[in-house]
Amino acid sequence: MELRIALAGNPNSGKTTLFNALTGSNQFVGNWPGVTVEKKEGRLKGQEGVIVTDLPGIYSLSPYTPEEIVARKYLIEERPDVILNIVDGTNLERNLYLTTQLTEIGIPVVVAINMMDIVRKNGDSIDIEGLSRVVDSPVVEISALRGDGVEKAAAIAIEMAKKKAKPRRRYFSGIVEHALAHIEEAVVHHLPEQQQRWYAIKIFERDVRVIEKLDVSADLLTHIEKDIKTVEHEFDDDAESIIINERYNYITEALKGCYKRRRVGISTTEKIDRVVTNRFAALPIFALIMFLVYFISVSTVGTWMTDYTNDGLFGDGWYLFGIGRSAYEEALEEYVDEHLIIERAAGFVQAAEATGSDIRGLDDLKEALSAREWGAIEEAIGSYGSQIVTGIDAEGNTVTLDTWLEAELENAPVSEDFGVWVPGIPVLLGALLEKMNVSPWLYSLVIDGMVGGVGAVLGFVPQILVLFLFLAFLEACGYMSRIAFVLDRIFCKFGLSGKSFIPLLIGTGCSVPGIMASRTIENEADRRMTVITTSFVPCGAKLPVIALIAGALFGGAWWVAPVAYFVGITAVICSGLILKKTKLFAGDPAPFVMELPAYHMPTASSILRSMWDRGWAFIKKAGTIILVSTIVIWVLSHLGVVDGGFGFLLEMELEDSLLGYFGKGVKWIFAPLGFASIETAVATFMGLVAKEEIVAVLGVLDFLDMTRLAGFSFLVFNLLCAPCFAAMGAIKREMNSAKWTAFAIGYQCLFAYLVSLVIYQVGALFAADVTANAVGVAVSVLVVLLFLYLLLRPNRAARAGKGALQQ
Amino acid sequence: MKTLKDVAVGKTARVVKLHGEGAIKRRIMDMGLTKGVTVRVCKLAPLGDPMELTVRGYELSLRKADAEMIEVE
Repeated sequence: MELRIALAGNPNSGKTTLFNALTGSNQFVGNWPGVTVEKKEGRLKGQEGVIVTDLPGIYSLSPYTPEEIVARKYLIEERPDVILNIVDGTNLERNLYLTTQLTEIGIPVVVAINMMDIVRKNGDSIDIEGLSRVVDSPVVEISALRGDGVEKAAAIAIEMAKKKAKPRRRYFSGIVEHALAHIEEAVVHHLPEQQQRWYAIKIFERDVRVIEKLDVSADLLTHIEKDIKTVEHEFDDDAESIIINERYNYITEALKGCYKRRRVGISTTEKIDRVVTNRFAALPIFALIMFLVYFISVSTVGTWMTDYTNDGLFGDGWYLFGIGRSAYEEALEEYVDEHLIIERAAGFVQAAEATGSDIRGLDDLKEALSAREWGAIEEAIGSYGSQIVTGIDAEGNTVTLDTWLEAELENAPVSEDFGVWVPGIPVLLGALLEKMNVSPWLYSLVIDGMVGGVGAVLGFVPQILVLFLFLAFLEACGYMSRIAFVLDRIFCKFGLSGKSFIPLLIGTGCSVPGIMASRTIENEADRRMTVITTSFVPCGAKLPVIALIAGALFGGAWWVAPVAYFVGITAVICSGLILKKTKLFAGDPAPFVMELPAYHMPTASSILRSMWDRGWAFIKKAGTIILVSTIVIWVLSHLGVVDGGFGFLLEMELEDSLLGYFGKGVKWIFAPLGFASIETAVATFMGLVAKEEIVAVLGVLDFLDMTRLAGFSFLVFNLLCAPCFAAMGAIKREMNSAKWTAFAIGYQCLFAYLVSLVIYQVGALFAADVTANAVGVAVSVLVVLLFLYLLLRPNRAARAGKGALQQ
Repeated sequence: MKTLKDVAVGKTARVVKLHGEGAIKRRIMDMGLTKGVTVRVCKLAPLGDPMELTVRGYELSLRKADAEMIEVE
């Protein structure tokens, strides 16, 4: 029979550190059933057959927050053998409040006073013997951070569990105890003796869940109601409040005898907060920190690492420590110069321009060629070269500029011949597959489908790890709570929390870690709202799509990208305002009662562990989802109509493939939005695999016969609609509910559809090249009116809250 | 009725009574804001809300709308 220790304590009491110290790496992480609260369990280090369960950090065992409900349910229903209660020694009063509740459950309790080193440094003293009498349980001094006393605490916990020694201290004054005794006698005497007291107190508090569970008869309830009323009358307060008051009064009195505080001057935390949450400095400091986090993880370190992963590890390969890169570049330049490639290409472009035909991207081509920048030239020719005819080859086919360049470079120097070249995974795997003599379709599936797709996602991993590292630090040191404090005023207006800023900011890099970062938001409604809205912010993978549309339809206008961000942010705000007023988010407006924990320097190991836990979750989630979807897409795009029958073809045209037929089948859905070609339908679908896939399906030239308005509507739809499958997986994980996941994705798609519809139909009234449609305009006006109504109607939930307030 | 919302920054007050009910009231009391306790208003957030309090030796932040439920003297 295994022995179970439940680890309980306030948030910020060092519970996670203690859990890590107790279990080392023997941990399994999951979710508590039915809620998004993380459940961690582990085996006690150096001891056979002992399981430690890390309960969520809680301040009380009230029946209101999901964390408190799961902790309470576990303690009451699963009945662990012993509770190890970690208490922050620098914050005794509030921490012991939970202890008074834990010691009533009828399970042995061991109290571990944490941060004793800081207590001593402050010159405070705690009488451990005295305190153990106060809560009628053994008390141990520990420092979870340094590992002091951790083993001793575990040993005493095991001893207590074996002895089954339950605390018997009573905390309430005579009149309350009298009523409790009465309830014990009348209602709960059939329960095991050690559980009676806890149930009696809950019945006294009129705890609905407990009364329902025990199925107390109405007669009995009216009978005991008299006792409760008498006490309430005596105290002029409600029963629940009386119990809370009595607990705190007991602690305050008891601590007078065993806790000496010798606080002189102000604490370090207060000194830091004088600057960090200062009226004038707080916002600039916040902006600076966010800029640094973003700049380091997304722009510099993250981008270098991601480029390396994409181009090197999952690309052709890379030069070890850069050895050989300059030699290769020199050789390539020499080759290009020798064969006059740039000059000849410029000649073709000039000739094409002279014929007067309309060439897209002409400026880009000319600019790159005259600047003689090889990278830009390759890119420009790759995107626009197919419009320029350079001649006719031996077989009588027309050769365009892009194929011409390919042929010219056939004998150019190759990377492998210089320095220390390490080939990328696709190259290595490709060589291996070739050696194994696999069939071409398997080769294509593995290299083009699986490695390409998974590589694209894994490319984000370094960036995400850096982000998670910062996030873990901000959380652990205590700054995250300050962010919520500083920004609450703004974010609470649209149903978000101050902490929602972090997910939204990370979401500009990638929605998946952004959505995962929402876990730091305690309040469930705020967290759900953040999860729903995070992917509206344009992520890194949407940038190529924005660039594509801007380049193809708006001549690379500078304002397209800012408008895309503006659309995203407006979508977040409007969704917040609309959803906040719906029934789903109504109910008790959650109070913003948040502890501002003391600042402290977290240990490197705890930060790294937190980073890795989240990073690994990302890799698993994104990796598997992308792997499956790339395989499905690969199959769909290679199976189709071949020579009048159904078959498989490596060089399948999009139109003939199953994917193409799928596009044909669904394209009508997008007709009211202004784009209804097979390509745009397929691209939108592919965007669900990864948004940058849109660029893979649609080239610049696919927009030739598209109006600007339709292109813009297409862009907005793809920015706002359901995110990629990996992000949907993250939504599902954070919501931990099929209903909420479906709601989130359904809402995003509907919202995107309606916004694009209005843009296209109303825009048609003003655009010269699109004919307006009376029905479309009428529908759009209705949509706008409905939208305004939802946005501006009074908030019923808020009014209900006010009502309660005035009682 | 004087509430915690009306206490000036830097001033201390004693809680007399908590109004409201249910989850909100419970949560506020769980955090140690109970009858008879002494509270100091440390500061307001840069945008004027929420407020930062010192109660029972630690720092707590509370929206003004919720502070309105706490009667003080």
